[in-house]
Amino acid sequence: MSSDLTRRTAAQLADALAAGETSSVELTQAHLDRIAEVDGDVHAFLHVDHEGALAQAREADARRASGATSSALDGVPIAVKDVLVTKGLPTTCGSRILEGWVPPYDATVVERLRAAGTPILGKTNMDEFAMGSSTEHSAYGPTHNPWDLDRIPGGSGGGSAAAVAAFEAPLAIGTDTGGSIRQPGAVTGTVGVKPTYGGVSRYGLVALANSLDQAGPVTRTVLDSALLHEVIGGHDPRDSTSVDQPLPGLVEAARLGATGDMKGVRVGVVKELTGEGYQPGVQARFDEAVQLLVDAGAEVVEVSCPTFVHAMAAYYLILPAEASSNLAKFDAMRYGLRVLPEGSESSGAPSAEEVMRATRDRGFGDEVKRRIILGTYALSSGYYDAYYGQAQKVRTLITRDFAAAFGSADVLVSPTAPTTAFKLGEKLDDPIAMYLNDLATIPANLAGVPGISVPSGLADEDGLPTGFQVLAPALADDRVYRVGAALEALLEDRWGGPLLAKAPELKGVRA
Amino acid sequence: MSATLPVEVLSYEEALAKFDPVLGLEVHVELNTNSKMFCGCPTEFGAEPNTQVCPVCLGLPGAMPVVNRTAVESAIRIGLALNCSIAEWCRFARKNYFYPDMPKNFQTSQYDEPIAFEGWTDVEVEGEVFRVEIERAHMGEDTGKSLHVGGATGRIHGADHSLVDYNRAGIPLIEIVTKPITGTGDKAPLVARAYVAHLRQLLLGLGVSDVRMEQGSLRCDVNLSLRPSPDAPLGTRTETKNVNSFRSVERAVRYEIGRQAAVLTGGGSITQETRHWHEDTGITTAGREKSDAEDYRYFPEPDLVPVAPSREWVEQLRAALPEPPHERRARLQQEWGFSDLEMRDTVGAGALELVEETIAAGASPQAARKWWLSELARRAKEQGLELAELSVNPTDVAQVQALVDAGTINDKLARQVFDGVLAGEGSPEQVVEKRGLAVVSDDGALSAAVDNAIAAHPDVADKIRDGKVAAAGALIGAVMKEMRGQADAGRVRELILEKLS
Repeated sequence: MSSDLTRRTAAQLADALAAGETSSVELTQAHLDRIAEVDGDVHAFLHVDHEGALAQAREADARRASGATSSALDGVPIAVKDVLVTKGLPTTCGSRILEGWVPPYDATVVERLRAAGTPILGKTNMDEFAMGSSTEHSAYGPTHNPWDLDRIPGGSGGGSAAAVAAFEAPLAIGTDTGGSIRQPGAVTGTVGVKPTYGGVSRYGLVALANSLDQAGPVTRTVLDSALLHEVIGGHDPRDSTSVDQPLPGLVEAARLGATGDMKGVRVGVVKELTGEGYQPGVQARFDEAVQLLVDAGAEVVEVSCPTFVHAMAAYYLILPAEASSNLAKFDAMRYGLRVLPEGSESSGAPSAEEVMRATRDRGFGDEVKRRIILGTYALSSGYYDAYYGQAQKVRTLITRDFAAAFGSADVLVSPTAPTTAFKLGEKLDDPIAMYLNDLATIPANLAGVPGISVPSGLADEDGLPTGFQVLAPALADDRVYRVGAALEALLEDRWGGPLLAKAPELKGVRA
Repeated sequence: MSATLPVEVLSYEEALAKFDPVLGLEVHVELNTNSKMFCGCPTEFGAEPNTQVCPVCLGLPGAMPVVNRTAVESAIRIGLALNCSIAEWCRFARKNYFYPDMPKNFQTSQYDEPIAFEGWTDVEVEGEVFRVEIERAHMGEDTGKSLHVGGATGRIHGADHSLVDYNRAGIPLIEIVTKPITGTGDKAPLVARAYVAHLRQLLLGLGVSDVRMEQGSLRCDVNLSLRPSPDAPLGTRTETKNVNSFRSVERAVRYEIGRQAAVLTGGGSITQETRHWHEDTGITTAGREKSDAEDYRYFPEPDLVPVAPSREWVEQLRAALPEPPHERRARLQQEWGFSDLEMRDTVGAGALELVEETIAAGASPQAARKWWLSELARRAKEQGLELAELSVNPTDVAQVQALVDAGTINDKLARQVFDGVLAGEGSPEQVVEKRGLAVVSDDGALSAAVDNAIAAHPDVADKIRDGKVAAAGALIGAVMKEMRGQADAGRVRELILEKLS
């Protein structure tokens, strides 16, 4: 019974709870059992909160027993990326420097999850401070792709995607700065949504790059993402950059899309985000998916966004610049790791500066140091205009390219990631190769527009999942749900069920 | 270390004969908003350390700032009062540097897009008006406060550990920066002092800050450079940090003029650097050099949206500004009937508000002026304090005058009453009571003293009997002496004239 529960979608679990077929305690326990069973192999979680999750589940059951529910997802458990602060639950951001830190407050997203009654199973693994595309930069060891444990689950939110793909959680929260929700979704055969910038509060999201970061849903179906998005989204007075407008009807859009009717929808294929540099199997699944949309009545146009070729360069100036400043606060003075230097320069107690230096040296991993150095340099007096300033101009041009493209198409589409999941360690020594994973996802972050990645099939050459990205204008998140749900329905018709049904059974399952 | 080396300083007169001083003043004002610049924490001064903090002002991971609208309003009002233009659109920036009292290791402050810019204000020194041009007034946040334990005089050098109080972290700050102030000549120290005093009045009038220099809610950095003549290009400047009283501003300018003049006269050159002000010795010593100053790597704060005050709002705030100080001064002079000289002395002594409040508390304008500018000014000078720093307030002064008017005490006894109030013995009435200072107008006691005086000075008594009433003064003096001043002089005079008529 319990393994059956973990196979269901969040929407199905919500229905089962409403029908009284199961309890929140039962299904929370089922997922905790599944975590105990497979997470030794997958390592999606950095921290599992058995007691907290079950306590929340009991509250959800009590609420329902008294005839009340807090939300459409009341009682359905969830996993949260370890970059969102959780009151009373350790939050490390995948870094040694925050080892043992227990935040005294909840992120707004977490607060909304608690208010919605979704028991929090635990915190998921990630590249250190969300810097990476493979989760290999976690200080606590990599997460493994449930499709092939020798492969990466994508990153930085590999933990959330793997947890959902391995049926350890029906829902998860990710964050996406340059593709950290969408690319893991693509390589694990799951759904991930990066909402419009400002659509979901960033309060309590430990910032990587403030002007790019956005939290969003990680799920197995488009409808589940829509349900979760409606719980966490909407204006937050504690985040000045949050959009002060009601969300469009996302669940409604997903349900409309699921009918498979695409008549009247103009779909723009972005010329610069296909073809060269994309694995043949990835490209083939993308082309087939576009054809399916055409068959369903969509009008397909090719659009060109010529400045997208500069997106990567601009991104790797803006992100490190903001990150170098954000990460300055980790100095051992107030919380987290404190390393006392060996052989202090001065006699007696080490100075604050010596402690800061020793702690940051030991506490940060190589990728984090690399980006701090890059960002510090990009902001330096005399270089600011040439680097940070120029990058901001590129950003403006990319936003204009989007605006022009959305003049002729309702949504833009591309493969989510250029390749399927690569082997652990394969690109660890080649930062540029690693950065190229986010080629197709970065423009959306630079322009603040929403995007979704939905599974588009398995690549012929390696049998691994591929992803299909849908982008929409800012604030039109409903469009990515409509088109994403349509494609999902059309593909599942063809496959005879969800893509994840094709994933290999993990060790220990029904042993 | 450099503080211990003897430093040559040219006499002020000699320095001024050779050089033209140019001033620049940066004043940091802590606003008196109820909550901090970017969070809802309270701002009261003097709370237990680290009790007025939250994730935002502690810079905890994930926390985000939200701009305090009242602080923006105060900043705009300050800008308007300084005749500045108000930005239609401006942003905050991050000023990045590492220091333990900085929770985020960056300060969220305006940089190249100030909320107010290009203004001016007029400052009066000894009847002469100097126009000070304002470059900008920008918004920022204060840092926490470090307390170094175990070393000498609270300095970090030699301390064995430090404690940090983050209550002050995130208190709204406005930094008001002047353009170079030229043409002050030998009045430079006085202009600097008068400018800061003027700014304090203006901020008090706006009600935007407590402006308590002793609590650090108004802090001043003094920039000074010398040039051989008023038509020469500007010289290299030094920036003396944290000069925190009017008197110190004047002294610091005076000292730097002398020091820089000595360096330049000796063939040396001025190093562009920050300097520390030493209140006790009245000198400045070298801080860090600007050439190896930190690169703050400013960039726009990505967690905040731009501040874009609507023109309607700005105009509403402009219309509601209080009377400008010089207009107010003219009005008060008229109302109080002060001469130009009396008014100038009052302003110069920093007593305008004190006199105004004393009058409001019931004293006559002349009485209020008299007490503050003579008796109390003398005591402030003795104690090295500003008038406003004396532990006697306008209500006390009005009460003393009321006691004099009622005949309970005389002027001489009033001085003793002030002694008592300043010594913390309570209100003037309580001091009179406790010290038994009330004038004796009991005819029994006075009559005996008058009889004694008449007996002791028969020649004087005869003169009075002959109609020379003016001679009564000598007898009054004798009576007062016997009564140790505690006699009602008016009643004594009456008794003498009665007895000798």
